[in-house]
Amino acid sequence: MQYGPAAFNTAKVILMLRFLLKRLGLAALVALTVSLISFSLLFLAGDPAVALAGEAATEEDIEAIRTQYGFDRPIPVQYVAWLTGAFTGDFGNSYYFNTPVIDLISDRLPTTMQLGLAGITFALLLAVPLGVIAAIRPNSLIDRFALFISVVGQAMPTFWFSLILIVIFAVNMGWVPVSGSGTWQHFILPTIVLGYFATPGIMRLTRAGMLEVLRADYIRTARAKGLNPAKVLFKHALRNAAIPVVGLAAVQLGFMLGGSIVIESIFALNGAGLLAFESINRNDFPVVQALILLFSLIYVLLTLLADLLNAWLDPRIRVA
Amino acid sequence: MRSTLLAAAAFAAAFPLPTLAGSDDNSLTVAFAREMDTLNPFLNTTREGVILSRHVWDGLVLRNQETNEYEGNLATGYTWIDDTTLEFTLREGVTFHNGEPFNADDVVFTMNFVADPDNGVNPQRNVSWIKEAVKIDDNTVLIMTDGPFPAALEFLGGPVVILPDQYFQEVGPDGFAAAPIGTGPYKLTENVPGESLTLERFADYYADGPKAIASIDTITWRTIPDANTRLAEMLSGGMDWIWQVPSDQADRLAATGRHAVVNESTMRIGYLYFDAGDRYGDTPFDDVRVRRAVSHAINREAIVENLLKGASEVVHSACFPRQFGCDTDVARYEYDPEKAKALLAEAGYADGFKIPFAAYRNRDYAEAMMSDLAAVGITPQLDYKKYAATRDQIQAGEVPFAFMTWGSYSINDVSAITSTFFKGGIDDYARDPEVIAALQEGDTITDPAEREAAYSRALNRIADEAYWLPLFSYNTNYVHATELSFTPTPDEIPTFYGASWN
Repeated sequence: MQYGPAAFNTAKVILMLRFLLKRLGLAALVALTVSLISFSLLFLAGDPAVALAGEAATEEDIEAIRTQYGFDRPIPVQYVAWLTGAFTGDFGNSYYFNTPVIDLISDRLPTTMQLGLAGITFALLLAVPLGVIAAIRPNSLIDRFALFISVVGQAMPTFWFSLILIVIFAVNMGWVPVSGSGTWQHFILPTIVLGYFATPGIMRLTRAGMLEVLRADYIRTARAKGLNPAKVLFKHALRNAAIPVVGLAAVQLGFMLGGSIVIESIFALNGAGLLAFESINRNDFPVVQALILLFSLIYVLLTLLADLLNAWLDPRIRVA
Repeated sequence: MRSTLLAAAAFAAAFPLPTLAGSDDNSLTVAFAREMDTLNPFLNTTREGVILSRHVWDGLVLRNQETNEYEGNLATGYTWIDDTTLEFTLREGVTFHNGEPFNADDVVFTMNFVADPDNGVNPQRNVSWIKEAVKIDDNTVLIMTDGPFPAALEFLGGPVVILPDQYFQEVGPDGFAAAPIGTGPYKLTENVPGESLTLERFADYYADGPKAIASIDTITWRTIPDANTRLAEMLSGGMDWIWQVPSDQADRLAATGRHAVVNESTMRIGYLYFDAGDRYGDTPFDDVRVRRAVSHAINREAIVENLLKGASEVVHSACFPRQFGCDTDVARYEYDPEKAKALLAEAGYADGFKIPFAAYRNRDYAEAMMSDLAAVGITPQLDYKKYAATRDQIQAGEVPFAFMTWGSYSINDVSAITSTFFKGGIDDYARDPEVIAALQEGDTITDPAEREAAYSRALNRIADEAYWLPLFSYNTNYVHATELSFTPTPDEIPTFYGASWN
C-alpha cells in the first residue's frame, strides 16, 4: 500500500505533528490579519454614531452616542479592546438590536450551517457521479454536458439563478414556497443554488483525478488480473482520485458558509449571511466584525482540516 | 416523456403548497423589508416599528387623516390650560392585552419614564419636550411641556404611546421588548426574530375610539429583505399585501387582475440645498442669482412625470404641503433654462462652474438633475454614498450642494422639517437670522394662527432667497389582493385594523 493510514509509525507521527504545528501557526496568523483588516476597513465607511442615532437625531444625540460607544477613542485602542473581548466570546452589543452579538450569531448560525451542509451534499451528489462518468467516457456527449453544466454554473450570478428558480418552481409551478424557513421544503431552492455554485470545481477535479488514476499502472494491473470493472473503478480508482476532491469540498463548504449572503437575502432565510448583509447596511459594526472573524475562522479551519487530511492520506504532502 | 410528467406530478403531490394566505380563514399575510431593532416602541427607530406601534398601542389622541383634527384615543378630551400645560380626560373601561386596567397611573408612569433621558428613548426628540405628568384623579392627568411646545399633540398622537405601568415595571424594559403589551386593536402573540410576527385581533378593544375595530383575525407580518422576493411571494399567492413597489412592477402586477395597486403620496420630500451661508467656503452659491439660476434650470415636472409618477407632485415650500404651517404660496421657480443662463451670466458665471454634489438615494433622479444643470453650463461632480456617510459630511460642513430627502418622521407639523434644517443647527447651510427668528417664534407659541403666520414668514424668506430648491413629494405603491379592502394614508403608516376581506 502506497497510500493510507496503514503505514503508521513514529516517524510519521513526528512529521505529522511538525506539519500540524506549522499549519496551525499559519492559520492563526491569517485569522489575526483578517480581523485587523476588517476592523480597520469598517472605520472608513462613515461615522457609526450618525447611523446609530437615526434620521431625526440632533447634534447632541450624535455626540452622546459617540462618547457612550467609545468612538472617540483611537482606533488601535478600540481594536485591542475588541480583540481581547473576542477571545472570551464577548463581541459587545449590536448597535442596532442592543443585544449581545454572540446571541444574535448563535441564533442564526444553525440556519447557515444547515444550508451549507445541504449545499455541499447536493454539490457532491451531483458533481462526483458526473465527473466519474465524464472521465470514463471523455469527449462523449455526457462529458460535454458535464462541461456545459460547469461553465454555466461558473458564469451565472447567484441572484439571477435564484430568481429564475423562484419564478419557475415557486411562482409558476407552485411546487415549493418562495421564501422563508418554516419547513424543509423552504430549503430546496436555496440548497440547489448554493450547491450548484460549488459543482463545477468539484466536478472538474473529479474528472481530472479519475482520468489520471485510470491511466495509472496499478489500475491496468488490476484490470489485467480480471477484477470486476466496477470494483476497479470504485475501490481502486475513485478512492485515490477522491483525495483532492475531499480537500476542495471542505474549502467549498467554508466558502458556502460565508458566501450564502445573497442567497439568504433572496430566500428570506434568517441566517448568519443575512445578518451580515443587513448589518453592513445598518453600519452595525460589532456584528459585522464578529461575523467576518467567524467566517474567516471557519474558512481557515476547514482549509486546515483539508490540508491535514491530505497530508495524512498522501505522505508526499507532509514531507514537502 | 410520460414518466417525466408522472415524476413531475408525483413531485408536486409530495409538496403541499404553503397555506395560501387569504380570505378563507380571515387572516392577512403582509411583508416588510426590515427586521425591527426592538419591539419596544420607544427604542424602535424603523418605519416598521412606527407601523407596529400603531397596531399594538394607542396614544392619548389620534390625528384624523382627513380633517387633520386630533381626536381622543385613550383620552376622550383635552384642553390647553396654559402655554405649557395640557389636561386630558381619560377613556374609562379600557384594558391592556393582559387584562391590566388602563388609568391615569399608566399615563403618568409612561410620560415620566420616557421623559427621563437616562431611559434612553430613541430618538430623544420624540420625548424631549415632556417635562412631567401629574395625576389629578383616576381619569384626569396633566402633562407639562418643557417650554411652550405647540406640536405636543402631534407627538401624543404619534410616537408617544401609553405603556402598562404595572406590567412594565414587573418585567423591565428587556422583558417588555420580549413580550410587549399595549391597548391597541391587535396584540402581539408570536415573534420569530428576523422572520415573522403574529398579531391577533384584540377582542376587548373599545368600540367608540378613532381606530376602527379590527375585522381581520390574524396578521402574519413577515420580514423579506429582497424586493423581488416580495414580488414573487405576491405573484405566487403566498402574500396578501406589500408596499413600496416600484411603479413599473406595480403596473405589471395590476395587469394580472389578481392584485390591486393603490398609489398614495408620503410625507417625504426631496430637496436641493445650497451652501448660501458659507459653511463650506466661497462658492458661486453665495450669490442669490446663482441659486435662483439652478432653481430655474431643473425640470422638476419632468422628473415627477417620468420617474416618480403616481401621487407625487412638485413642491415649492421647504415642507410637505399638507403639514401644519406649510404655506405653499411662496415664490416659485418655473423651469426656464434661458432665464437660468441669463442669471448665471449676470452673476459672472456665463461659462458655468464645477461644484461637488452629494446624493444618497434615487441616483436616477440625481442624474436627471445633473443633465438639466449641464444644459446651462453647471457641472456637478456627483459623490453618491450611503446615507450615514453623506449626512456625516453634510453636518461637518463639507458638502456645498446636495440632493437630500426628509420624511419628517410622519410628524404633520412644519417644525419637524423646516425647523430641523433652518434654525441654525448642524444641518442649516443658510444660517439666516431672519428665518431662525421666525421659526423660533413658530415653534414656541401655541396660537395656531400666529404659528402659521410665523412659519409663513420663514418659508417665504427661504423661497425668496432660494436657500433650498424643494423638489417633489415621494409616493409609494401599495399592492394587495383584489378581494382585500385597504385604504392607505399620506402619513405612510398603513393600518390593517381598517382592512377587511370583501
